[in-house]
Amino acid sequence: MFNFSTNVGGAEFSNPIFTASGCAGSGKELSQFFDISRLGAIVTKSIMIKPRSGRATPRMAETPSGMLNSIGLQGPGIDQFLAIDVAWLREQGVKIIVSIAGESVEDYAVLARKLRSVPGISALEVNISCPNVENRGQVFACHPKTARAAIEAVRRNVGGELPIIAKLTPDVTSIVEIAEEVIAAGADALALINTVLGMVIDTNTMRPKLAGKTGGLSGPAIRPIAVRAIYQIHEAMPHVKILGMGGVTSGRSALELILAGASAISVGTATFGDPTAAMKIKDELEKELIAHGFDSVREAVGYAHRDEGNL
Amino acid sequence: MNKFAQQVWAEIVSNKKVGAYHHMVFAVGELAKHAKPGNFVAISVGGGDSSMVLRRAFAIYRTFDRGVNGGLLEIVVAPHGSGSTWLTNQSPGFKVDLIAPLGTSFGIPTQPVRALLVGGGYGSAPLFGLSEVLKNRGCRVDMILGASTAKKIYAPLDGKRTVSSMTITTEDGTTGITGKVTDVLANIIETNEIDIVYSCGPMGMLEATSAISSQLGVMHQCAVEEAMACGIGVCMTCVLPIRGEDGQIRMVRSCIDGPVVDGASVIWGSKRMIPEGTWGAK
Ligand SMILES: Cc1cc2nc3c(=O)[nH]c(=O)nc-3n(C[C@H](O)[C@H](O)[C@H](O)COP(=O)(O)O)c2cc1C
Ligand code: FES
Repeated sequence: MFNFSTNVGGAEFSNPIFTASGCAGSGKELSQFFDISRLGAIVTKSIMIKPRSGRATPRMAETPSGMLNSIGLQGPGIDQFLAIDVAWLREQGVKIIVSIAGESVEDYAVLARKLRSVPGISALEVNISCPNVENRGQVFACHPKTARAAIEAVRRNVGGELPIIAKLTPDVTSIVEIAEEVIAAGADALALINTVLGMVIDTNTMRPKLAGKTGGLSGPAIRPIAVRAIYQIHEAMPHVKILGMGGVTSGRSALELILAGASAISVGTATFGDPTAAMKIKDELEKELIAHGFDSVREAVGYAHRDEGNL
Repeated sequence: MNKFAQQVWAEIVSNKKVGAYHHMVFAVGELAKHAKPGNFVAISVGGGDSSMVLRRAFAIYRTFDRGVNGGLLEIVVAPHGSGSTWLTNQSPGFKVDLIAPLGTSFGIPTQPVRALLVGGGYGSAPLFGLSEVLKNRGCRVDMILGASTAKKIYAPLDGKRTVSSMTITTEDGTTGITGKVTDVLANIIETNEIDIVYSCGPMGMLEATSAISSQLGVMHQCAVEEAMACGIGVCMTCVLPIRGEDGQIRMVRSCIDGPVVDGASVIWGSKRMIPEGTWGAK
């Protein structure tokens, strides 16, 4: 029997296909197209303490094999989110990973305290790498010190049980260095990668197309960056579980990230092109793994790292 | 959310060039019966491993409910980008991945009122289906269509028959009155004693139509056009600032709480900025 179950940071999931933060709405919108309890987990849109309008429009530009977005973390704030969205998700029987984002270390502490005793949450994804903030200096995951401080604040306030998945950006000189810091600070696993900072200039208006000027690049265009980041970190820290994402659109591309070292996959931009993308990817991935002779997902994790001698 | 939305492989039944546009017909089966004027479709473009990762949204021109096998859905496509150009290059027999019906629809009055339909460019398309519904309710329907030039006026003969009067404006004067729809709008609202204005077209036209409508105290429903990445409410790219019934301005998703919105509730002129006082603004 093929075993599709996986483990991320100590939490168990029936299969390795999750939604990516910010790419699945509240879950309700997708449930019109498929039974969301068939997902390994739903990762919710990064939530902040207070309601947030997000950035001005235009917020989106399609790019070759990808898109640029500058949503800017639009959301209702943690209280309404827990009362409405999480309550609804809990009833659907889908595993929930709550993504949080803050503007200060104290924000992360407050969010962690609000979540510590909420039932029915499988893990926290701590987004310390959102590119859509006005000040690049606010991207915690860009500096070892701030990355560590944010994760420490969550660890201290969330209590021992809830696994912490730290979400990192590849927009740094050494992602391995940042990864080592956040693991030392108490993260149980890593989410790789957030979007890559980019810009599009409209040649008609001759100005940046997005109102926020810069945005986060996602989709197949960034897949090689994701594979590289996952590979480097799995090589440096093979025991640390990775939730991989970045341009996964098919079973084969999911397998690519798993071979690099990911234990589970988040599907983001692909859902915009096809609401049922996650389900198609799940079915295709199972077939790919079986076709390659694997009896489980776990056997395939990091398989690209094996010695040349074993070829 | 439009609870009737379905994802289907829809065969292209016909694809004809009409002026600057393509009139395309798809076999969509039973979902045709759920589409209402104002709803839109989202179509995958480029085929298989295309570098175009997002769907393209098009207002539904009209539908024919002929059951599971015969249901048809029609759109009018302006081939102005690589995705819409790809679509207009596909031949009958080809199947596309299509999701419909999406979004809100035009509100239909219960009384036989006097309605004015205002369309800009291919924005006229959903107005013909609307005028048919209004006519069946006993409404008097007038229409104004405008575009930069004659080739960009979409006004099929059978559509023209559903309206009591049709005024056309072009900026270059190649047909109809030289000027913009908003040059003739106030006059027609007053002369024809219009109760409600419906509009679809470029945002600038909707904004000007909204201003004139509120000045003259008539209701105005418009179908907005924002850049959409998903069309189903999961990406938050398509938002626009709308004042709710509680007086609070919120950034609202035009794909599920629109495209049809009450013109007076939109905070116009806020492209590239978040209006002051918006919920969650800093
Ligand atoms: C529209 C949009 C919104 C996003 N919002 C968030 C977010 O709120 N929090 C977060 O951690 N990542 C967010 N992301 C990043 C995705 O979760 C993911 O890391 C990235 O898009 C790469 O995966 P993909 O290529 O499959 O989309 C967002 C991405 C997109 C395209
Ligand atoms: S287009 Fe994605 S939320 Fe509206």
